[in-house]
Amino acid sequence: MIDFSRNHFELFGLPPRFRFDAATLDRAYRALQSEVHPDRFATASEAERRLAAQSSARVNEAYRALKDPVARAQYLLELHGAGAPAETDNALPLAFLERQLERREAAAAAADAGDFGALEALLADARREATALDAQVAALIDADAAWDAARARLRELRFLTKLAADLDAMAAAQDG
Amino acid sequence: MALLQISEPDASPEPHRWRLAVGIDLGTTNSLVATVRNGIPVVLPDETGHPLLPSIVRYGDRGIDVGRAAQSLQAHDPQNTIVSVKRLMGRGLADLTDARRFPYRFIDEPGMVKLATRAGVKSPVEVSAEILKALRVRAEASLGGALVGAVVTVPAYFDDAQRQATKDAAQLAGLDVLRLLNEPTAAAIAYGLDNASEGTYAVYDLGGGTFDLSILRLSRGVFEVLATNGDSALGGDDFDHRVYCWVIEAAGLPPHSPEDTRLMMVKAREAKENLTIHTSAPIVATLSTGHKVDLTLTAEIFTSITANLVAKTLAPVRRALRDAGLAPGDITGVVMVGGATRMPQIQQAVGDFFGQPPLTNLNPDQVVALGAAIQANALAGNRSAGEDWLLLDVIPLSLGLETMGGLVEKIVPRNSTIPVSRAQEFTTFKDGQTAMAIHVLQGERERVTDCRSLARFELRGIPPMAAGAARIHVTFQVDADGLLAVAAREQGSGVEAAVTVKPSYGLSDAEIARMLTDSSAHAEDDMAARALAEAQVDADQVAAATGSALAADGDLLAPDERAAIDAALAALGRCREGTDHRALVAASAALNHVTAEFAARRMNRSVGAALKGRHVGALG
Repeated sequence: MIDFSRNHFELFGLPPRFRFDAATLDRAYRALQSEVHPDRFATASEAERRLAAQSSARVNEAYRALKDPVARAQYLLELHGAGAPAETDNALPLAFLERQLERREAAAAAADAGDFGALEALLADARREATALDAQVAALIDADAAWDAARARLRELRFLTKLAADLDAMAAAQDG
Repeated sequence: MALLQISEPDASPEPHRWRLAVGIDLGTTNSLVATVRNGIPVVLPDETGHPLLPSIVRYGDRGIDVGRAAQSLQAHDPQNTIVSVKRLMGRGLADLTDARRFPYRFIDEPGMVKLATRAGVKSPVEVSAEILKALRVRAEASLGGALVGAVVTVPAYFDDAQRQATKDAAQLAGLDVLRLLNEPTAAAIAYGLDNASEGTYAVYDLGGGTFDLSILRLSRGVFEVLATNGDSALGGDDFDHRVYCWVIEAAGLPPHSPEDTRLMMVKAREAKENLTIHTSAPIVATLSTGHKVDLTLTAEIFTSITANLVAKTLAPVRRALRDAGLAPGDITGVVMVGGATRMPQIQQAVGDFFGQPPLTNLNPDQVVALGAAIQANALAGNRSAGEDWLLLDVIPLSLGLETMGGLVEKIVPRNSTIPVSRAQEFTTFKDGQTAMAIHVLQGERERVTDCRSLARFELRGIPPMAAGAARIHVTFQVDADGLLAVAAREQGSGVEAAVTVKPSYGLSDAEIARMLTDSSAHAEDDMAARALAEAQVDADQVAAATGSALAADGDLLAPDERAAIDAALAALGRCREGTDHRALVAASAALNHVTAEFAARRMNRSVGAALKGRHVGALG
């Protein structure tokens, strides 16, 4: 069974960095699940099956946290004792907020007009900005170990990710 | 194609101790049982060589008939001949929006509807158990021994109540359930292991009564479900119904008896099946009223009267691709499951959508049972050295908790890989609150009233604290069978409460379908509703805090200051009655603004008091 005291990166044998090879994570994830999944213990004792379920859930949780850029950055900040921004911490630059507000208004107008193409374009645009932010967070964490600056960018990335999810839901509704 | 070999009656016994396990596809229209023999999954036919058992149970004068025998009598005795019982599993009468399409005498019971038959009142679980019992007897006769267990398949979109009902039916039939397996996943196992393919596959599963679409990644022996979606109120039966409606209209038939309805439905189904190989199908019948029907249904007419049903299946396809973050071109292959996918217009539409012809090399009626047999074999411990594979499945609907303002906080989002354990902290809303109601919900919408309630329980004995000081840790655990357990614990005191979710009833088919479409269609409504509910919670907190501050330290205010605060409180109260969240936020902000100076004075007073030691003594 797995060692529950290991952190997410140690679990998959990855360096504790924001950027790593995604294919390595996928491979390590599947290899670990092949070892611990409850289906491997279908005929084992009750205690072993329970332990398998816990281990498998732990591996799923670690995989989810490392797969998602926002969760991964938050986890790295916590690992470095830098503290991740709280859920309610939304201190964001005014220019950033204004840009997102405009985006949301444009999306609402496009949704009202039933303009699926415009919604998709806004979504693509938001995702481009998120990708750029992702690169900044990566540099601040991996190269500079600049935790405060990373935390500030992370707040923006988290906000933008949520916005992109909302736009995606609106586009999906048009697509329905 | 090795998979469809029919086994010899006296296959040579395995050298090691073989544990007999079967896979069962309990379908709306037909059911099958399969097993793995000599490393090859095979469907077990009945003594006359038929692999399919019609999912029909008749309660007759002289005992119970299942399958073909019941089918031959269905037009004569519709009220005692139960078809499509799968649609009734885990459903209350209120859930059955199409109850009038069934010719049965329904009895409304809490949890699940029941049927009045010649043999007494029967629940859908009992009717399904008759079908499963027939398959168990068939398997034991064919394999020559008792079964250690079975994997029974369910539509991916079955909720807890429907899964539980299916499991209960299997137990009633004397089967030990090794696992409930999602039908599209089972199909992928049958295809994937046979073709030894790597890549991302879409499984398009149009059954008699349900439509499921799953996207799976096959890599190094691991089957990973990336996303699942569907419409649990759409199936091959709906195509029959369209043909039936067309016949009524084209032949100008007056209203008719349940017997004639059943007869026309059978004719409609035959015509549909004919059109998979012919370009036109005759529909000829004589009704009990003496009316004669003599029509020809062409492929062209059939395609046109069912075009919107075909289009309806593509919406869940798009949603699942969206959830998986994939485009149609990213899909390596499309697996077709369910007899309804034999319809040429469906294969055409799916081929056009994905830009490649769908895979049809396995029998679409049998592929689910074959996959279930492979999984049953592995779970029973018969896995051989060459068979090193693993299945990682997901939950189809999000799980969450009710929070203030009637909103749902999602704890485990849909398409999370199981088993999964997720925890979240909540806190108290009022000073001195000692109990907390935990309400567990399933669904995609933001409001409690739009989701399905799964369970309620209470965490009691929380030590009295200021609002927001308690830390209630709520844990959701979903096991590999998709069953949920919820526990709550107050971190400071260690007070605990827990519940294993066993809902007494499930979501209606229409409800799941609606909840899924609505979750995206109403994303905007939900956002406004959420904003209002959040503003209301904030407003109540500000008002309550101001009220208690005025009661404690009102003497710090001059009369005009007091009047300004009272006016702001009154304005907030008026906005609280309305639905404009922006006005409510503004009113809360205004109240905060006029009380800022008051708060500063109170702070000074309490600091002064603390310095004098009054509060220190109270803490002591």
